[in-house]
Amino acid sequence: MATLPATAPKQPIISIRNVTKRFGAVAAVDNISLDIMPGEFFVLLGPSGCGKTTLLRMIAGFEVPTEGQIIIDGHDMAHVPPNKRPVNMVFQSYAVFPHMTVTENVGYGLRIARVASSEIKSRVEEALALVKLDGFGDRRPDQLSGGQRQRVALARSLVMRPKVLLLDEPLSALDAKLRAAMQFELADLQEQVGITFVTVTHDQDEALSMAGRIAVINRGLVAQLAAPSDLYEFPANRFVADFIGSVNLFDGRLVIDEPDKAVVDCPEIGRIYLNHGVTGPHDANVHVALRPEKIAMIPEAKGKPSAPECPEGDNIAHGQIRGMSYLGDITIYEVKLDTGRVIRVSRPNLSRYDQEDFTWDDKVWLSWHGSSPIVLLS
Amino acid sequence: MKLFAKRTPLAPLEYTKKLWMRSWVGLVLFFLYAPLVTLVAFSFNDSKRNIVWRGFTLDYYEKALNNDSLMIAMGNSLTIAFLSTLVSVVIGALAAVMLWRFRFPFKTTTEGAMALPIVVPEICMGVAMLVFFAKVGFPTDLPWPFSLGAIIIAHITFCFPFVTMVVRSRLTSFNREEEEAAKDLGASEWQAFRDVLLPHMKPGLIAGALLAFTLSLDDFVITFFTSGPNTITFPVKVYSMVRFSVTPEVNAASALLIFLTVILTTIALKVQSRMGGTPQGH
Repeated sequence: MATLPATAPKQPIISIRNVTKRFGAVAAVDNISLDIMPGEFFVLLGPSGCGKTTLLRMIAGFEVPTEGQIIIDGHDMAHVPPNKRPVNMVFQSYAVFPHMTVTENVGYGLRIARVASSEIKSRVEEALALVKLDGFGDRRPDQLSGGQRQRVALARSLVMRPKVLLLDEPLSALDAKLRAAMQFELADLQEQVGITFVTVTHDQDEALSMAGRIAVINRGLVAQLAAPSDLYEFPANRFVADFIGSVNLFDGRLVIDEPDKAVVDCPEIGRIYLNHGVTGPHDANVHVALRPEKIAMIPEAKGKPSAPECPEGDNIAHGQIRGMSYLGDITIYEVKLDTGRVIRVSRPNLSRYDQEDFTWDDKVWLSWHGSSPIVLLS
Repeated sequence: MKLFAKRTPLAPLEYTKKLWMRSWVGLVLFFLYAPLVTLVAFSFNDSKRNIVWRGFTLDYYEKALNNDSLMIAMGNSLTIAFLSTLVSVVIGALAAVMLWRFRFPFKTTTEGAMALPIVVPEICMGVAMLVFFAKVGFPTDLPWPFSLGAIIIAHITFCFPFVTMVVRSRLTSFNREEEEAAKDLGASEWQAFRDVLLPHMKPGLIAGALLAFTLSLDDFVITFFTSGPNTITFPVKVYSMVRFSVTPEVNAASALLIFLTVILTTIALKVQSRMGGTPQGH
């Protein structure tokens, strides 16, 4: 999924400038600034209560910022009510009007805008076709499934041809299969209509699969703003590393830090070698993140391995399997290191018998590439 | 033989098959409806004294319908019920929306004060109304529809809290995102109210209106204290007729009121069950 179209103008479609929202003494959104570019699929990701929904509702106009400015398409939205903003929202509950048919629901905004009825008819049909609901026009919402109601909500917003479409937890109410299908469909839809999408979610899979860029929000602050793969492979801090995907975190001391290598001494796992410098303060206390899938595991009987691109003896650990969880495509092992620390290692089941290679209480050697560990200063 | 056949044991929820349970339900229904059935049955009795059954006749219905003062009372009652319902629904619905939507100082107190007319004994309300109208010097010599003013005001005070109650409970199932969605699509505050909130309230408004109408129609105590010689309502008239003797005419008049109330209550229940049956999302 492309991040930015090559022809995109430099002017952001939404500019959030030093926005703070306080509820009493609590700052739900704490001095956030970010720019959203036209045509982008932008995701606000964070745990529940982090302020992401408040931020979305401020863009829609349902909440007023305590401080700061929200600029949409070059206009300050300070005194613009929700019904006058060039954005439309798909609500978490879909908020489809229960007493109107699908056609009436989708045409509602156009009727309010006093668009000619012939044009309403053609635009509603077009919007229903876009969300693959052709022929459902005469149904009532209680005759639709949850997924279909969501499509009605989407069509109802898209028919207004907004500059930005806001989606509040769009997939949270769908079952797993439908959610996976809808992730692709939303991304396709966004490419098709070319409207900027801003989505709020707490689900990292959803965010990673759909987004061009993700802003990870924690306690009202932007923890990191980056493309999905950058968030996963180059998290900026402990929170992002831990929140996105699964990770083993170690505390350690940065003992060597040169342009082409670094070594962190971690009491819980040993010396961790990196094949690049981290430019941190010397001798500083740091965290090291190591993803479970980047750790290779071999039986003890095969002998002590040597990790690739590392000096002999670095990036190696010895332990015993304490737990296994077989997930079909991968198996996750809990390995208790000789130091007593338990870490997670995941292993793809490349052949149909791979899960039989290891079992409980097996002694194993672990090793990882010199580029795999991530040093986090905060 | 059948009598001694081995009985299949009853499932836990088949208690309605037990004899004692059935007879209990029968007794309850008997005591509930026997007086009413007797009243309606004897309205067809061909006897002046109305103590023993003498044969079927519709004479007393004819007599009741030709009794001018009774029909005037009926007309008064229907006028009062209609007007006080109209005002009660408007005030009651607005109060419900206010209590549901806004936070304001003394909200709980306001809520309690509004429910007070429901729990205060009617006799107290009646006396209070009598004293109030006397103290403010409410005019008693107005021409017809306006002469009912005092009774209408009294009825509104005890009818609108019921409307508020029904409408408010309906509002709790409203998904506020629907209203936000309407605004998001360009609707003004008023348009969102008209197109989204009002349709949601509608079953509550209808049920509340019917409730207010029946309450007003058959109220005796409060009306008795607020009505004058020229503003007799149907229940008050029936009461004054009964003081002389219980003729079949009184039965016929009462039966008419029962029919009217039953019809309205049935409609109210129908509407209410429909509003409970519609799926609401969440």
